Amino acid sequence: MGSGHGETINVTLKVWRQDGPGDAGRFDVHQQAISTDASFLEMLDQLNEQLNDAGAEPVAFESDCREGICGTCGVMINGRAHGPQKATATCQLHMREFRDGDEIVVEPFRAAGFPVVRDLAVDRSPLDRIVEAGGYISVNTGAASDANLTPVPKPAADMAFDAAACIGCGACVAACPNSAAQLFTSAKIGHLGLLPQGQAERWSRTESMVETMEEFFGSCTNHGECSEACPKEISLDFIAFMNRDYMKAKVKNRALAGQR
Amino acid sequence: MTDMTTSTAASSGRGTSPALDGRVPDGDLATKWEDHKFSMKLVNPNNKRRFDVIVVGTGLAGASAAASLGELGYRVKAFTFHDSPRRAHSIAAQGGINAAKNYPNDGDSVHRLFYDTVKGGDYRSREANVHRLAEVSVNIIDQATAQGVPFARDYGGLLDNRSFGGAQVSRTFYARGQTGQQLLIGAYSALMRQVAAGTVELHSRSEMLDVVVKDGRACGIVTRDLLSGEVTPHSAHAVVLATGGYGNVYFLSTNAMMCNVTAAWRAHRKGAFFANPCYTQIHPTCIPVSDDFQSKLTLMSESLRNDGRIWVPDAFDDARAAADIPESERDYYLERKYPAFGNLVPRDVASRNAKTVCDEGRGVGPLKNGVFLDFAAAIARDGVDAIAAKYGNLFDMYQRITGENPYEQPMRIYPAIHYTMGGLWVDYHLMTTVPGLYAVGEANFSDHGANRLGASALMQGLADGYFVLPYTIGDDLAGMLGEQAVPTDDPVFTEAVAGVNDEQHRWLSINGTKSVDHYHRELGRIVWEYIGMERDKAGLEKALTEIPALREEFHANVRVLGSADTLNQSLEKAGRVADFFELAELMARDALEREESCGGHFRAEHQTEDGEAQRDDDEFAHVAAWEWNGTGTAQTRHREELSFENVALSQRSYK
Repeated sequence: MGSGHGETINVTLKVWRQDGPGDAGRFDVHQQAISTDASFLEMLDQLNEQLNDAGAEPVAFESDCREGICGTCGVMINGRAHGPQKATATCQLHMREFRDGDEIVVEPFRAAGFPVVRDLAVDRSPLDRIVEAGGYISVNTGAASDANLTPVPKPAADMAFDAAACIGCGACVAACPNSAAQLFTSAKIGHLGLLPQGQAERWSRTESMVETMEEFFGSCTNHGECSEACPKEISLDFIAFMNRDYMKAKVKNRALAGQR
Repeated sequence: MTDMTTSTAASSGRGTSPALDGRVPDGDLATKWEDHKFSMKLVNPNNKRRFDVIVVGTGLAGASAAASLGELGYRVKAFTFHDSPRRAHSIAAQGGINAAKNYPNDGDSVHRLFYDTVKGGDYRSREANVHRLAEVSVNIIDQATAQGVPFARDYGGLLDNRSFGGAQVSRTFYARGQTGQQLLIGAYSALMRQVAAGTVELHSRSEMLDVVVKDGRACGIVTRDLLSGEVTPHSAHAVVLATGGYGNVYFLSTNAMMCNVTAAWRAHRKGAFFANPCYTQIHPTCIPVSDDFQSKLTLMSESLRNDGRIWVPDAFDDARAAADIPESERDYYLERKYPAFGNLVPRDVASRNAKTVCDEGRGVGPLKNGVFLDFAAAIARDGVDAIAAKYGNLFDMYQRITGENPYEQPMRIYPAIHYTMGGLWVDYHLMTTVPGLYAVGEANFSDHGANRLGASALMQGLADGYFVLPYTIGDDLAGMLGEQAVPTDDPVFTEAVAGVNDEQHRWLSINGTKSVDHYHRELGRIVWEYIGMERDKAGLEKALTEIPALREEFHANVRVLGSADTLNQSLEKAGRVADFFELAELMARDALEREESCGGHFRAEHQTEDGEAQRDDDEFAHVAAWEWNGTGTAQTRHREELSFENVALSQRSYK
């Protein structure tokens, strides 16, 4: 190992192991020598290779693109969702962020809405339920008009994009002391609600998504930990936007306005 | 396990094999698709609910197909092995999506996009398919925009376009550096809308491990629940595979960790021919391998070549830092060899030249396995702010991965496997050689011929799913009205379920000494060495010896721990790597039989004096589609002749 230009450091890993949703779970401790060029997940790959060689079951953890865009990965590293580096998903975190002799505690995302599946893997399917509740614009294939028929002011388009950058990793929920999913939900509501195409269903969408969110997740008390942990740095402003739209949706006389 | 392709491949002879009816309609190219849409049979709106359709995979092609079929009223079952449909690897596409909108008024047209795609594919694709792709490209942009996909816009609020990958017109729509994610979220949201409407039944964390065929027709699939390990049969009137490409046969590629060939390969074993497996695309601008533990490679968008200059030192083993090497001792080899196109030569040309200079010993970086992509001149010309505005996110990503600052020192890049043009053979209806079984997106052998143009993968995936399959599948299903789907207690299903269960237990019972990843990595080394950027006869023959030997060791000595009834990621990978072994051998065989160079397939024996790919149109203007004949038996090579009536074949030149 270590044929690259990174140095090798020794770290103590405390890794959460849990055989299944009903299992109590425990921490296993491993000493790991690792190049600072390795990514955090490549360090776990190496740990698993060593465990397998020694006849012990590898640690289950999830990842896919390893480019910070698919949102599959995500663990708590020393108590922080996705670890110490700002705007960085777990897969993009590299060992050069750590020092020789560090102790690193690795846990699954912790939230009642995200039950542990095994070891570091959790079930984030409630996020899909929120999208299913209205996170779309109802346009059947073939029903679209020419794309340039409706100009979208650039500031609105840019802000919608900032919200649409959400990768659905769930770090916002894991970081929140209340396990709230406001940042995730508001990113979707903000993305669609800021665009002209999203206006027709704006109020019903907001109401339905917010209420579905509340079935699974805790309440927001404006700590802001979500935005701090977000690998895409989604702004808290979208939560304010969502809250305002939710209020409006509730007070509007929707029957008379023809919106429901 | 014995060799399956090491004996001489059987061939179906010259001319199109009777087994390969492309079902390309007659008539004028420009109106073929319109005419065909009229001639195809329709399923009455009230009858669509009588048909079950399975869609495997929820990337761009799968999600768009499942959503569109659900909207039409079919009863759809969608499967993904991810925890959510939104995670498919389509999401990682950075650059953009082509469409013949001609919004910039710079001379683009459906015919030009068609022409560029056929030419870019080095004349190894079906004209009729490519023309249809170009036709529906414009509808994709309309559809995605209506869904809320936030494409880049100019200050007037209209959509912006850029030129991409050396195209002479600006036809690429983009969404910052995450066009794939935004298009996938659009397709995913359309899919979730149908889930809410009850037309699509979504099965996440379900991996397809077999296709079930009865009386020659696909009638369902078998899946394994990745959490509980439960193996379940699913029955339908038609099965659509949208399961992506096979780039991970190389172990190191820009594909996501879980991308695999298993669904396509198991369909192949059930009778679907596999076409052109040797057509693989190398992307020239990826971050070089840094160490033995490397798990995957990261792409740096091709757009960087618009402003970056590629060079290596003149001297061999020059260990100086880039800044210490004077201009007079640098070799800007692409600008030197290709004055007209310079750093913007096509992907395959840029890649091979990088390999050449590294093989010479002029590579840069600690492992001497890269070339410089230098932005110093662009920064001096346009200023740091302008470069940051264009490439800021890419520069940040590069720095996170390498720890080096590309504003201050050149990037180091090297080619990596990125996309696979080969895949399941399909006819004009996107149906495989197994009736009732379809393949869409990267999983089919596609419209890209031997080489895909930049920003065309997203276009093809969505074209197939939104605008082609929903029409063609109806023509097939209309004839089945009144027929019930095969019940899942039929022996064909119980046998398939037993087979999948046996497979899981076989992996767990080997109890060897080495991990699945170990064998995957070793396989990848062989495939990259001999079936990578450049192939030759001796190397391919070596691959055909080494791959089966390693495969036998894998089946005898792999260690898969744990059980089959929980989340077991080693167990999942074991089956996928086993399929990669079989595919790798077929790739070598296909590359050996194709005695020419074309697109992504470069045979060292077949090059011009200038070192460019030399096609042999007399012998090889055909699709090679391989038929599985059972484990241990050579596969049969079938030909589908390609005719070019609308594009004149020519030799590419970028001087």
